[in-house]
Amino acid sequence: MSDTTQNGPVLAADGTPLKRSLAKALRLQKLRALMLIAPLLLFILVTFILPVGDMLFRSVDNRIVQEVLPKTVVALESWDPASSELPDEAVFAALAVDMKAAAELKVHTRVAKRLNYENPGMSSVFRKSGRKIRKWDVENDGPYKERLIELNEGWADLELWRTIKTYSGTRTAGYFLNAVDLKLGAEGVEIRPETERIYNTMLVRTMRMSLIITFSCIMLGYPVAWLLANLPTRKANLLMILVLLPFWTSLLVRTSSWKILLQQQGVINDVLVWIGLVADDNRLVLINNELGTIIAMTHILLPFMILPMYSVMQTIQPTYLRAAKSLGATNWTAFWRVYFPQSVPGIGAGSILVFILAVGYYITPALVGGTKGTFISNLIAYHISTSGNWGLGAALGSILLAVVLLLYWVYDKIVGIDNVKLG
Amino acid sequence: MSALPPYATTGQRAWYYSFRVICGLIFFFLIAPIVVIIPLSFNAQDFFTFTPEMLRLDPEGFSLKHYRDFFSNDSWQSAMWNSLKIAPMATLLSVSFGTLAAIGLSQQHVPFRRAIMAILISPMIVPLIISAAGMYFFYSRIGLQGTYLGVVLAHAALGIPFVIITVTATLVGFDRSLTRAAANMGADPVTTFFRIQMPLILPGVISGGLFAFITSFDEVVVVLFVGSAGQKTLPWQMFIGLREQISPTILAVATILVAISILLLTTVELLRRRSERLRGITPS
Repeated sequence: MSDTTQNGPVLAADGTPLKRSLAKALRLQKLRALMLIAPLLLFILVTFILPVGDMLFRSVDNRIVQEVLPKTVVALESWDPASSELPDEAVFAALAVDMKAAAELKVHTRVAKRLNYENPGMSSVFRKSGRKIRKWDVENDGPYKERLIELNEGWADLELWRTIKTYSGTRTAGYFLNAVDLKLGAEGVEIRPETERIYNTMLVRTMRMSLIITFSCIMLGYPVAWLLANLPTRKANLLMILVLLPFWTSLLVRTSSWKILLQQQGVINDVLVWIGLVADDNRLVLINNELGTIIAMTHILLPFMILPMYSVMQTIQPTYLRAAKSLGATNWTAFWRVYFPQSVPGIGAGSILVFILAVGYYITPALVGGTKGTFISNLIAYHISTSGNWGLGAALGSILLAVVLLLYWVYDKIVGIDNVKLG
Repeated sequence: MSALPPYATTGQRAWYYSFRVICGLIFFFLIAPIVVIIPLSFNAQDFFTFTPEMLRLDPEGFSLKHYRDFFSNDSWQSAMWNSLKIAPMATLLSVSFGTLAAIGLSQQHVPFRRAIMAILISPMIVPLIISAAGMYFFYSRIGLQGTYLGVVLAHAALGIPFVIITVTATLVGFDRSLTRAAANMGADPVTTFFRIQMPLILPGVISGGLFAFITSFDEVVVVLFVGSAGQKTLPWQMFIGLREQISPTILAVATILVAISILLLTTVELLRRRSERLRGITPS
């Protein structure tokens, strides 16, 4: 052995210090791992994360007012919305210029639509005036204040000007406030009139029904998971098929099957009438209400409860239960004090999973829920595809996403995402 | 629980049997809705319930007319072909990207492992309606909305978490000395991957692929938003059928889909056992 190995730093075969050599190897290893992951990470970013981010941004995006009415927004800066006087001539002149430009490009309807969400009725003022202002010569047609009010008396409404002023920023909390039944008035946040309040009811209903579904899944899943974990392997594997088959069956198949079974002329009502529990002219209403959604979704989500419970219960030693009994515990005490606490992680994992899946459900409530059994997702879909109020849809979506991500984080803390098992 | 001891009291016996009955009822609840549509799909009438002829097992009460309708109806056929065109492509994308990343993730030293994992799993966690809405806006902006490619990319993203989960699970028991031995004998990384690692993790890759396939094949929310009439898939067609005018042909389609799921379930189970045997873990 040479002296260097004893005195100087330990060297690798090529003469570099071993420490540096190892660090380099580690760096290379990390780099290689990242290179393998990079394509997928990029793919997910482009196809998934960016789209979701784009949608979240829409919930606060309010550039439309400034884009369409730039001069009016600037002119309105000096106007005090708390005053009881209409803005001065300069503002009306700016509005006339903006409206003429917007009407020529036919974008005045877009700002009309946007402001109409906050103050219903504004849309018609904008649309009606826009058509006429197009023909104006904005250079020397004055005075605008009188002319505009003459054109449409909506321009004399203080509330209209307050709304424009309030929503003249490029960012807005308006959609979020709307999503929780509030609105941004001139004096700050206000509660919406009773007739316009629907979103809180919807959020509360989604939460309540998801909790009911989670609870029914626990009640139905626990005995089955217990039986599967305590049967001999061969039998348990056979019965496991009965849990896995629904898991693998198309969601649409299961939903259509419930739609067919729960009908008033469906198989369940037929059987109940045949047994004599229900009179033929008094068949149960099981579909297009909350009950229908709860029954169908409990069935659909039950495997997601049973599988995590089963994997936890498998690890519980049966000897503990025997020890408890030999120490004089009754069956119930042994179960409740010894077995149940050990199975709680399984219940927790299953519950979070089921709840996460339930709050975001769309298809099943849309098909079997009628009007009373729909979820927040159905409302989001309505705003995105039918009403066109994308900002509100995005705000509702962001709230839903926040709830889900919070639970996902909890799930990660308790179970770990690495431990998710399929089948 | 497996057997009742001979000294059990009457109360214990009663509980033992009633517990089994309860479990039986829950299993019935799980499986009955799926099984019941199979006989209903052979109904000779356009009803969604058992006709008296069917209950008497009269051959007159049964027919294949709903299946004939499925195979002759243009909208159902084009929906089926669209599904068969979209799902394999989406699966291919998910599996190739996903397997590569899973191998990267199972290396010993991966910086930001948890964060990366969280991002890759997120398409499974984010509610479908949010993914769908986001993709609808973003894909319209880049011109992918309403195209075949757009739907394939969207479905591939949704299938990736399943591939990641199954393949990393297979890689947990993977013996690293095997790849080192191969490298020692002069194999380059690509040869090592295809000749040593791939055959061993293949069961996991295939079951991940099946999961990705069924995810795309069953998916309806995203395709409703991202697709246009030209990409109308089987679940989409079923969704319309259920929402607007329900036709008994749906029962035939549902039965065919149940048969496909049974096939896939069997394959995945067999693969899982094989993989466990290969890695020396006794089947649970």
